[in-house]
Amino acid sequence: MKAIISSFLIGSIFGFGLAISEMINPARVIGFLDVTGQWDPTLLAVMGGALLVAATLFPLVLRRNRALLADRLVLPTKTEVDTPLILGALIFGIGWGLAGLCPGPALAGLASASPSLAGFVIAMIGGQWLVSIWQRS
Amino acid sequence: MMEPNLMGGLIGGSVIGLAAVLLLAINGRIAGVSGILGGLLVPTLKGDRAWRAAFLFGLIAGAALYGAWRGTLPLQLDVHGPVLIIAGVLVGIGTRLGSGCTSGHGVCGLARRSPRSLLATVSFMAVAMLTVYLTRHIFA
Repeated sequence: MKAIISSFLIGSIFGFGLAISEMINPARVIGFLDVTGQWDPTLLAVMGGALLVAATLFPLVLRRNRALLADRLVLPTKTEVDTPLILGALIFGIGWGLAGLCPGPALAGLASASPSLAGFVIAMIGGQWLVSIWQRS
Repeated sequence: MMEPNLMGGLIGGSVIGLAAVLLLAINGRIAGVSGILGGLLVPTLKGDRAWRAAFLFGLIAGAALYGAWRGTLPLQLDVHGPVLIIAGVLVGIGTRLGSGCTSGHGVCGLARRSPRSLLATVSFMAVAMLTVYLTRHIFA
C-alpha cells in the first residue's frame, strides 16, 4: 500500500514538472523539433534540468542497490543494441514528430479533458498492445 | 512563435528529474512512462499493476494541480483526426518495441549512462526532427 501511495505522489510530481516545463504542450515540443524553422530550445532546458538532477543522484541510489520500499531495484537487463531498439526508436520518432506528443505528456495532458488527446492515448495504448501480442506469439 | 521558456524548462525539468530519482530510491523502479504503461497492459509479474496505475493517475493529478493553480493548462494541439490517431499508434508501437520513450531512455537511461538509451534517444530525436521538417516545411 505504501508503494502505491508513493507511486501516486511521485507520478504527481512528474506530471507537475511536465506542466511547469510546458512539455505538456505539443506546440512547445514541435517548436524544439522544428530545427529549420523558428527553433525553440525549451525542451533542451528541460532535458538539461532533468539530467542534471537524475545523473547526479542516480549513482547514489544505484550504489545502495535497494529502495526504501523494495528489496531490489528493477532495472533494464538488456545491454546490447538490437534491431527492435533501433526500429522502435525510429517508429516512435515518426509519431512524436507528427503530433508533438510522447507518452508522459499525452497522459498528463488528459487533465485538460481534451477529447483529441484522449483519442491519441487510446491509439497509443492500442499500438503498445499490438506489439505485446506480437511479441508473445 | 512562442518565446522560449528556458527558466520554466530548467525548473520543470529538475522537478521531472527529481521524480525519476524518487521513484528509483523509494519504489526501486525506472520512471519511464511508456514502460510503466506497457507493464500495466501486459504485466510480467503478479501484483505489479497497482503501482503502475497509481503513477499514471498521479501524472494526470499533477498536471491537473498545476492547471488549478495557474487557472489554465498550456496545451495547444494542432494535429487532429486520422493523423493524430496514426501518430498515437506509432508512438505506442515504437515505445513498446524500442523499450522506452523520452522519459525512460531520454532521462532515466541517459542518467544511468546506458549506451542503448543514448542510441535510442539520438535516433528518435533525429527522426522526429526529420518528420517535422517533412510535414511542416516540405509537404505543408
